[in-house]
Formats: sequence, structure tokens, C-alpha cells
Amino acid sequence: MTDPLVRMVGVTKSFGATKVLDGVDLDVNCGEVVTIIGPSGSGKTTLLRCVNALETYDAGSIRIDGQEVGFRDGPGHRPRRDRELARIRVETGMVFQLFYLFPHLTAVENVMLGLRKVRRMGRVAAREKALHWLDRVGLAARADHLPSQLSGGQQQRVGIARAVAMDPKILLLDEVTSALDPELVGEVLAVVRKLAEEGMTMLVVTHEMGFAREVSDRVVFMDGGRVQIAGAPNEVLRNPSNDRLRAFLARVG
Amino acid sequence: MKGIDLIVQALPLLLRGLAISLEISGLVVALALVAGVLLGAALVYGPLLLRLPIRGFVDLIRGIPMLVLIFFVYYVGPAAGLDLGSFPAAVLALTLFSTAQVAEIVRGALSSIHHGQMEAARAIGMTFPQCLAWVILPQAARRFLPPWINSVTDAVKGSALVSLVGIVDLMQSIQQVIGRTYRPMPFYLLGAVIYFAINYTLSSASRRLEARFADVRE
Repeated sequence: MTDPLVRMVGVTKSFGATKVLDGVDLDVNCGEVVTIIGPSGSGKTTLLRCVNALETYDAGSIRIDGQEVGFRDGPGHRPRRDRELARIRVETGMVFQLFYLFPHLTAVENVMLGLRKVRRMGRVAAREKALHWLDRVGLAARADHLPSQLSGGQQQRVGIARAVAMDPKILLLDEVTSALDPELVGEVLAVVRKLAEEGMTMLVVTHEMGFAREVSDRVVFMDGGRVQIAGAPNEVLRNPSNDRLRAFLARVG
Repeated sequence: MKGIDLIVQALPLLLRGLAISLEISGLVVALALVAGVLLGAALVYGPLLLRLPIRGFVDLIRGIPMLVLIFFVYYVGPAAGLDLGSFPAAVLALTLFSTAQVAEIVRGALSSIHHGQMEAARAIGMTFPQCLAWVILPQAARRFLPPWINSVTDAVKGSALVSLVGIVDLMQSIQQVIGRTYRPMPFYLLGAVIYFAINYTLSSASRRLEARFADVRE
């Protein structure tokens, strides 16, 4: 048994007096797709944001490939500096609910920026790689469009291309279809499904239960800042043994 | 003599005055741009200990009329042991005024960029300076330019006030010509046309820039 790619142990975080994460333990293995579901306020998005250090955690440990994300090694929980955080964030790719494409750059420039400035690739090689990924998400023909000239679904597919082009070890998806018109959800989920089939490791926060059941190797139900249940999609979603999960599933349909 | 002949005769003096006005305006705009960008960026990204005094400075300066500020630096300066002479005193006073304006414009432009932009830039592994250079500043610059050009025209117009501390700028040289010719009408008109020509050029450049950036939306 190899070590998990991401190992979270006792992750705790408070916003003021509110405990958002209350001792989360969760492993993600290489090549695995883990989906986090749960009511809003359950801490699932915060947990995802802790994995790439967009959010700090107060206590506990998150390790990617053995490397602690939020704190320096050694005693005393010293927070990491800007430069170290930047290096660690390269290990993860993040796709946001509201896309957050760079509006002053075209689709291909959005994907190229990290390749050029972080991966230090030359212009030609970066463009070639960016175009390759835009083609993979079905947007090669839109490469030179600005985000404002793309539909929501297209923007989100550029967002996915921007994240995976950096060759992250794990892709973090934060409710990537929640801001989309219903008829645009399918095209984005199709891209995610394809990546999952190709063995990309993913940690997914979603409200799409059908999608969670279909692509996940494991489903994790969070409530009250804790992991309540984790297991194969069928056992978690088909025969919910937990009252809170049953109530949640009844609400989301 | 006809008005036109008077103007031709007075032209060398007026041009020297115009040169002084442009020199003062240029100095003020350049100094205030550097200082204002630094202060404005500190207002958004700096620690509280830095933000508080800058906030105080900006609010104070913005609450004082430009003319009062010029007199204050010119007359109160020497009493406090800072005798600058009229030209540097005028430049300092106008720069203080313009710096406060620019700082506020920079703060507004930077904080109008959605926080998700910084997050998306960080998420692909960019350091804070890289996020600023490649994601935040290019977007903020588009929002900064139109109000900044407004503040440049304010500085040009405000430079006319330095005539009141004895600097022979365009305004003061017009006054001198009128003092000799007793013909206020053509010369005030000429002064108005010159100031208008400078500022209209600036504000139409601003409008052209705005139109060029109009296609960049979120």
C-alpha cells in the first residue's frame, strides 16, 4: 500500500468563534476521485481551500506527497512565506465556482500565464501546450477570445484547462457548475469526467449528486465541520445510514 | 494697438509663463504619480500601522483647498524653519494635494478588482509580486487611467494658483501684460483658451483610452 497523495489529519479552523473545520481526517490516493458533499456551511469549500493554502488552518496537518501545506517543517507551527506557498500551490490545480478567468487576457493567454511565469516556459512552447489543453476541453477554436466573449460553460472549461496545464498532482474543483445555466452544466461535467477516466486525482466539492455517484471512487459527507461518513458512492448515497445525510439527500433531491 | 498686435508683442513673455506652468504641472504630476501609487498600494495591501497614517494624510489633504495648502507651505514653512523659496514651495504644496488624489484613485482601482483574481493567480503558483504584475495591475491600470487624467487636469488648472505666491507662470504673465496694456479681455480670453487646449487634449485622450479598454469586462 503506497502512501496517500494527500493526507489530512485533525484539520481544524475557526472564523472568529465559529468552528468551520472541527478535526477533519481525510486521505486522497493517487488517481482517486473523492467527492465532498454536505450542506452549505459544512466546511467543504473551506477544506478544499486549505489544501492549496488559499485558506490557513489553525491546527492539524495537511500533507501533499509528504509535504506540509500550511506550516513550515520543524517545531512551532510557523506559517509559510509567500514564495514557499507559491511553490506548494503548483502541486495543486484549482477550479473556482465563479471561474475567475483573467478578463484582460484571451483564453489561450489565461492558460499560458502560469506556464510562462511559474513554469518558466518559452512563449512558443507555452502557447503550444495551452492550445493542446484548450483543444482537450473543446475550445481550440476560441483560443483568441476574451473571457467576456465566452459563455459561462466555455469560461469554466478554460478555467479547467488553466489548472490542468500546470500538471498538478491533484485537481481541486469547487462547485464548478453551481454558477452555470442548467444547459451548460453538461459540457463542463463531460470535461471533468474525461479527466477522471484518464486517472487525474481529484478532490471535488459538488451539489450534483448524480455526477458524484458516477465519477467518484469515494464520497465524503461533511456536516458541522467534520467528516460524517466516507465510502463508496453506492453505500453512501444509495443506503444512507446517517440521519443527517438522509435529511441532506432528501433536500437536494 | 489692436488686440492681435498686443498679443503678438506679449507672446514671448506669455510663452515663458506657459513654460513655467508646464514645468510645474509636469513635476507635480510625475512626483504625485510615484508617491500616490506607493501610498495607494499601501492603503490596500499594507499593514494597519502603515494604512492608518496614510489614511489620515489623504483625508486631511483632501479636506483642504489647494490655495490654502499653497499659502500654508509658503508662509508657515519658513516660520517652522523650512524656507523653500516660492517655486519649490508651490511644487511641494501642489504635489501633496495631487498625491492624496492619486493615492485615493489607486486605492479605488486596486480594490475594485475582484478578490477572486488574486486567488486565481495564487492558485496557479504565482508569488504575490507576480500576481500584482501580471494580473492585478494590468486590470487596475484600465480603471486608474481615466480618473488619473482627471487629476492631471486638476493639477494643470491648480498650477494657476502659484501666481499668488509670486511665481511668473502663465497666469501671472497674463496679469503682468494686462497691468501694462489695461486690456483684460483679450488676454484673459487667451489664457482661458490655452488652459482649455491643454486640458481638452488630456481629457479626449482619456476618453479614447476608455473606449479602447471597453471590451475588457469581467
